[in-house]
Amino acid sequence: MSLANQLKNQHLMWRAGFGPAVEQLADLPDISSKQLYKALQKASSRKPEYIDVADDFLKGLWAGIDEVGRQEKIKDMKEEDRKKIQQKQRESVRSLNLNWLNVFINTDAQLREKMAFFWHGHFACRNLNVFYQQGLLDVIRRNALGSFRDMLHEVSKSAAMLNFLNNQQNRKDHPNENFAREVMELFTLGRGNYTENDIKEAARAFTGWSSDLKGQFVFRRFQHDFGTKTVLGKTGDYDGDEVLDILLSQKQTAKFITQKVYKFFVNENVDEEKVNWLADRFYQSTYDISKLMEDIFTSDWFYDEKNIGSKIKSPIELMAGIQRMLPMKLENEEALTFLQRALGQMLFYPPNVAGWPGGKTWIDSSSLMLRMRIPQLINDVDELNVKVKDDDDQMMGRKTPEDGMKPMGYGKRSVIRATIDWKEYIGHFEKVQKEQLIGSLASNLLQTKSGVSSELIKQYADVGSKESFIKTATLQLMSTPEYQLC
Amino acid sequence: MVIKRREFLQAGSLATVSLMVPKFLKAFEARNMVPSGNKVLVILQLSGGNDGLNTVIPYRNDIYYKSRPKLGIEKSKILSLSDEAGLHPALTGFKELYDDGSMAIMNSVGYPNPDRSHFRSMDIWHTGSESKEYWTTGWLGRYLDAQCKGCDKPTYALELDDTLSLAMKGEEAKAIAMKDPKRLFGTANQRFFKDVMQQHKDEPGEQPVDYLYKTLSETVSSADYIFEKSKFHPSKEDYPKTELGQNLKTIASLIFSDINTKVYYVSHGSFDTHVNQQMQQQRLFTEMNDAVKSFTKDLKDNGRFDDVLLMTFSEFGRRVSQNASGGTDHGTANNMFLIGGGVKEKGLINPMPDLSDLDEGDLKYKVDFKNVYATVLKNWLAADDMAILKKKYDYLKFV
Repeated sequence: MSLANQLKNQHLMWRAGFGPAVEQLADLPDISSKQLYKALQKASSRKPEYIDVADDFLKGLWAGIDEVGRQEKIKDMKEEDRKKIQQKQRESVRSLNLNWLNVFINTDAQLREKMAFFWHGHFACRNLNVFYQQGLLDVIRRNALGSFRDMLHEVSKSAAMLNFLNNQQNRKDHPNENFAREVMELFTLGRGNYTENDIKEAARAFTGWSSDLKGQFVFRRFQHDFGTKTVLGKTGDYDGDEVLDILLSQKQTAKFITQKVYKFFVNENVDEEKVNWLADRFYQSTYDISKLMEDIFTSDWFYDEKNIGSKIKSPIELMAGIQRMLPMKLENEEALTFLQRALGQMLFYPPNVAGWPGGKTWIDSSSLMLRMRIPQLINDVDELNVKVKDDDDQMMGRKTPEDGMKPMGYGKRSVIRATIDWKEYIGHFEKVQKEQLIGSLASNLLQTKSGVSSELIKQYADVGSKESFIKTATLQLMSTPEYQLC
Repeated sequence: MVIKRREFLQAGSLATVSLMVPKFLKAFEARNMVPSGNKVLVILQLSGGNDGLNTVIPYRNDIYYKSRPKLGIEKSKILSLSDEAGLHPALTGFKELYDDGSMAIMNSVGYPNPDRSHFRSMDIWHTGSESKEYWTTGWLGRYLDAQCKGCDKPTYALELDDTLSLAMKGEEAKAIAMKDPKRLFGTANQRFFKDVMQQHKDEPGEQPVDYLYKTLSETVSSADYIFEKSKFHPSKEDYPKTELGQNLKTIASLIFSDINTKVYYVSHGSFDTHVNQQMQQQRLFTEMNDAVKSFTKDLKDNGRFDDVLLMTFSEFGRRVSQNASGGTDHGTANNMFLIGGGVKEKGLINPMPDLSDLDEGDLKYKVDFKNVYATVLKNWLAADDMAILKKKYDYLKFV
């Protein structure tokens, strides 16, 4: 149909997913954005498969927990057994990371996974127990487009979150306010919409919320404070679930979530009027996420010029986006976790409970240079000679970091070792005239208003054959500041 | 003279400065040295949570030896500083600095409601927030924001590493991270990036891509600038061939040039000694000691020791009691070293930690690290500490 339509559809794919895939290239100029969104919704409506990557050794231990009970706590184990468990846990969390990243790249359920990716940052949680992480991930993916109310309740009862926010230590005689504070500040109301006293009172309601060693939610009656609490002006002998519902009954929660969704999916610069409209409807729908997203992605204003190409891709979006357009096999998959760390976004390792701040914080001189080098690294013409900072929470006192954590490629070449499957991509541009080629490539790859000079790309491209020209010009276009935006 | 030189630097853009380099170089070659007075802060981060009690050791305290039957360091090996405190045996250079009055030791530095997770506690130290707040900018990044609004010199603060720490990221301005001035961003595609930068034309109105081009052009011009400056007066001192040694050598070379950098940031670690602490801390301290020794000697020989403040910190200290694996677990308050010819208070400037008054096995903090930051910002860097730390913190007296 038209270039304008293609741009709109690419916009939708970048925001409601992880970018257009090579197999979509032929359809994007012609299909309407409404149709495309319907297709995304349909593909995302299936129940997601549980991602289970836990190591067999850990599974054996896990299965044994019931029989052994709490007798054999990790504490009582031998040093080397404990170390082995920790190492297996770390490896498993890393394969969880790579598996989920793979889903981002390959699934048709783009909308659901993008949404889950958003919630992964919203309900940010670090936990070295892979079973807990898998459980929380499943909660987030199952509810990604469902009810925010259900998700909030389930997340709050997940072993991963209860442990991360120290709620096992929240007892009647010795309350720990961490969980209650983060639930209010980061998960529902946002800062400034509650008092310190609300936190104290809510913390009492969450006393006794805990999990067993298997990661199942447990309500420990003897640690629970059954007394009367006053939270946000309401008084009663509330339990944790009731407090969560009080938080949800505040319109501010809908506003806070909507604002965050708007910043993530539409524009860092919030349009108050639009957010208020969306938040009202989100609240009235009793937190139906699917409806909220439909309101956004089927509105005209979502496709306004100011919203297109205005967002700095997060490292995960950047890496997944490249791989959706250029399907590739990686001999060294660790390079993907390495790049995540070097660029500041490693799945399952958010910087803190507030998640990744996003926007301009992705960009500094080192991260920008590394981002622009990725296409050349993939293509093996550049070497990955960067060292990432130690993460002591991940390394747990080991002297030398393991694979994927150590400085990669100092002096060594081609550490990523990617084989790109160019066939379908090149086929798409077969009929394009030589003079139009760069323009055509750019219109598929870049979302920004101003492009990169065709002359410059031509100068750096390999003109040996049409095929090599397409390949090299594509990689150069992906190495520009413009490609960092979507 | 000093002020004039700085004004000149501020007035000219990086581009013009680097165009003028030949003349510039000549002028300074004649005098050979940058005039003193340009105050510089060097931060040495001990990553992983250094065990402060085996760094500045309360060697007359029975509780110390009772809590650490295996890990307690023998009295005879300790480098004694006073009746009650001594340094880890590997820190001979630090002992010399102590003896000649150019080191202050501040004990029990921490913050209220301490967090024992590495990343969280490091976050708190980097941002300068309270432990219940989540800030996304670092204290030195905000120093950059305040110091050079609209200026094009992110080289005001440099980190010797491949990636940039949160401490160095401001709202608008961000410091530069680089390991080796010769291969700043180590890329084979550098020429392409320069050409991309040059072909970019600003569209009317502010475009989202402008921020990226601004960063790119700052990066490229800073790279050139730093490289030029690093060749200007390279250090001739013999530094250890360790990573920290080489990083401090790079810093010294830049300090001797007329670069506009006020803050250098470098990390050393990992001090996360849950197991076999003795060996690991010994190794790390030896590296640190040798590197700092060369660095301070270098500064003295070149007449810049009075202008440099070297400050160490770690995200937390460690438990008072040893654990069962020959190590220590995460703790709370810790000590800091403040080194330089310009340090006003010398030696042990506050009491040693009280081992009989613990909070669940951990030291109680007596000095909030934000007071240290405020002091450094105000009294050393002449910056607006209140704007940067978003609150008024009382000043200490060490500078």
